[in-house]
Amino acid sequence: MEATKNQSSFGKKLIKIITRNPIVFLLLIAAIVVGCMVDNFFSWGNLTNLLSNTAIRFLIALGVSGCLITKGTDLSAGRQVGFAAVIAGIMCQRGDYNGRLWKFLPEMNIGLVFIIVVAFGLVWGLINGFIVTKLHVPPFIATLGTQTIIYGISLVISDAQPIGGFQKIYTTLINGRIGDVKGFHLPYLLFVAAVFGIVFWFIYNKMRFGKYMYAIGGNDVAAEVSGVNTTRTLMRIYTTAGIMYAIAGYLLAAKSGGASASMGQGYELEAIAGCTIGGVSTTGGIGTVPGILIGVLVFELLKIILQFLGVNPYYNYVVQGLVIVLAVSLDIRKYIAKK
Amino acid sequence: MAKILLEMKNITKTFPGVKALDNVNFQVEEGEIHALVGENGAGKSTLMNVLSGIYPYGTYEGDIIYDGKVCQFHNIKDSEKLGIVIIHQELALVPEMTIGENMYLGNERGHKLAIDWNTTYSEADKYLRMVGLSESSKTQVKDIGTGKQQLVEIAKALAKQARLLILDEPTSSLNEEDSRALLDLMLGFKKQGMTMIIISHKLNEVAYVADKITVVRDGATIETIDNRGPEPVSEERIIKGMVGREMTNRFPKREGVTVGDIQLEVDNWTVHHPLYPERKVVDNVSMYVRKGEVVGIYGLMGAGRTELAMSIFGQTYGVNISGTMKIDGKEVKIKKGADDAIRHKIAYVTEDRKGNGLVLSQSIKVNTSLAHLDAISNHMVIDGDKEYAVAEEYREKLKTKTPSVEQLVGNLSGGNQQKVLLAKWMFAEPDIMLLDEPTRGIDVGAKYEIYCIINDLAAAGKCVVMISSELPEVLGMSDRIYIMNEGKFVGEMKASEATQENIMALILQSGRGD
Repeated sequence: MEATKNQSSFGKKLIKIITRNPIVFLLLIAAIVVGCMVDNFFSWGNLTNLLSNTAIRFLIALGVSGCLITKGTDLSAGRQVGFAAVIAGIMCQRGDYNGRLWKFLPEMNIGLVFIIVVAFGLVWGLINGFIVTKLHVPPFIATLGTQTIIYGISLVISDAQPIGGFQKIYTTLINGRIGDVKGFHLPYLLFVAAVFGIVFWFIYNKMRFGKYMYAIGGNDVAAEVSGVNTTRTLMRIYTTAGIMYAIAGYLLAAKSGGASASMGQGYELEAIAGCTIGGVSTTGGIGTVPGILIGVLVFELLKIILQFLGVNPYYNYVVQGLVIVLAVSLDIRKYIAKK
Repeated sequence: MAKILLEMKNITKTFPGVKALDNVNFQVEEGEIHALVGENGAGKSTLMNVLSGIYPYGTYEGDIIYDGKVCQFHNIKDSEKLGIVIIHQELALVPEMTIGENMYLGNERGHKLAIDWNTTYSEADKYLRMVGLSESSKTQVKDIGTGKQQLVEIAKALAKQARLLILDEPTSSLNEEDSRALLDLMLGFKKQGMTMIIISHKLNEVAYVADKITVVRDGATIETIDNRGPEPVSEERIIKGMVGREMTNRFPKREGVTVGDIQLEVDNWTVHHPLYPERKVVDNVSMYVRKGEVVGIYGLMGAGRTELAMSIFGQTYGVNISGTMKIDGKEVKIKKGADDAIRHKIAYVTEDRKGNGLVLSQSIKVNTSLAHLDAISNHMVIDGDKEYAVAEEYREKLKTKTPSVEQLVGNLSGGNQQKVLLAKWMFAEPDIMLLDEPTRGIDVGAKYEIYCIINDLAAAGKCVVMISSELPEVLGMSDRIYIMNEGKFVGEMKASEATQENIMALILQSGRGD
């Protein structure tokens, strides 16, 4: 008797989880179906590929999640990633490389470059935060403007040229991996993503900053009269986001072995899509780090599924777009139901 | 004489172009409940905002002397440090967060870096018990009712070690039962030595709970009435101070109105909850309204009154609606949607004028004609002159106080907003007007004017249904009263036979099914 009761409540729970995250389960089922149909889908190599693609996008999604939870957005994410990649690329070029862009620079220490790139990200974040909180421009428009500015600056700096000839240590370190079990590796990127995941989980659940973020998203007036400094909190959110994009850009340049101003284009939309699929509510105040991870992972899974099915790459955009609209419309339904 | 805990001396606060507070003097003794009353815009909230540091030191003139010391508050935190805690009128809680998270928002327990959730929740639980809540502090705020949310606000204030608690309209969103519980809680705190300031429009509550009543009018304190005698101060006495003249009659007489034939008739009306279709929100209700008649529907909050009105108004609330509706004796089937209801000459004037009644970011002009644009358009094009003329006509008719009809509705006082809302629906030329809490949150003077408008509507032969949770208003304004409880009509009375006592008795008899 007791056992069946437990079972039924477990079943109910499972149904609840599935109905609350329908997209995630649809895609998981799709993955299983595709895996059975196509060879090599369930391979260690494919898994490695999926995880390392997810890692960088997860960092960007973490960055943008704070903006989304406070009912804002950050359209400059992708261009900030591109900018960071360009700066990192230029400064990490080999000393003896003929095509060096900034010949006046000595060969730089890649750790120093990392710090410089992060500092730039911080500045972009401060600028976004300033426009949103002090000039009171809605985040959508504010970051629409800054993303264009940042892209322009990236083009100027890189002279619209692709940048290559990186120091070996830069590419090998970041593309490093441990273990080799039947083609499965643990890329270093995975550890980076894991560390940031834990840090953000701590911030969102244990720190005042995180609670203030949820409070502003849930009811900004309540946060204000409770003594929450909303301006400072939003400033920090956009700055943190800038830093995350910078880190992602630094890693992305090394991962790709080259950089250009157009790098990171559209990543902001993928990050927003990943967050939304993972349960970050567009109406504000809701979203968890594990959810974001699942959202990003599932979105990457979708891309790989399409690739394995041999879908014309141009159709990929159509399918991805449909999934985004579906995810948000389902999310909004939850909200309407509550009213 | 007891010790003076707070003294505000010669406070003057000017906003660009307006003197909101003019040389105000205000004293509160330790351990008393002091009420601030006055019409909207009289300056009560401004005074409290000066006190709590929302308007920082330097932006006003005068002194705040608290506990014998002159204070200079630069923000809310400064005043809270000394135990001055304000509970705002609009509930300031984040629905998606737990009670505990809300209570310690901005005031977190634990280490500088990490919040200590165990301490937070155990302390929160302690304060919840003090305000008589048995909920766990891990419950999400959206899962408890408004009455309990107000108690959470008080627990939140207690957690800040409040010595002087300021409650701004604490009962405005509560039903009578919850209101009474809250007032009794305040009296309990008083016994324990807490000092409180309460701002309220509900004069019966003020008379019940306050030791002293200070009347504010036009940015100045007019008088302080002592309410510690054996008999509570009469409401008329307070109103006299608020409006500056004797108001012999709070409800205008309706004269020369002949009540005609039945216009609206609803039979066996049942409405189900849109989310929980098995739950009946309106249960087998039958009612009728005659031309030129004002019918009151009285019930506590949650009785199903709004839901009844909205379901009649084009099924804008509810699912699986059953029953028949007749207009002028003929059965009508109104399609889902407000537009078909408007075509059938029904208007529903919402209780929530800011939420779904008015477009606050638009002018009076635009709002006035919004429900009946056909009348001012040539085919698809709006005639700007007609639009303006209509808005002007109603501004004059309803005596809306505004520099011009181009004024944004969001900048008007509650009473004037309510007039614009009424104008909008009157312009739609309905025969049947469903008024939901038409005087909620507006001051005594504006209420009187709204009552006059209702009388004019009845005189013009409209049938008026007035939903209200203020019993005196229902008794004073209606020809006939339906009493509603838990979705059912539990009684019907002529106004001449109805008294507060027999209406409340009907509701109690019908059982609250707790």
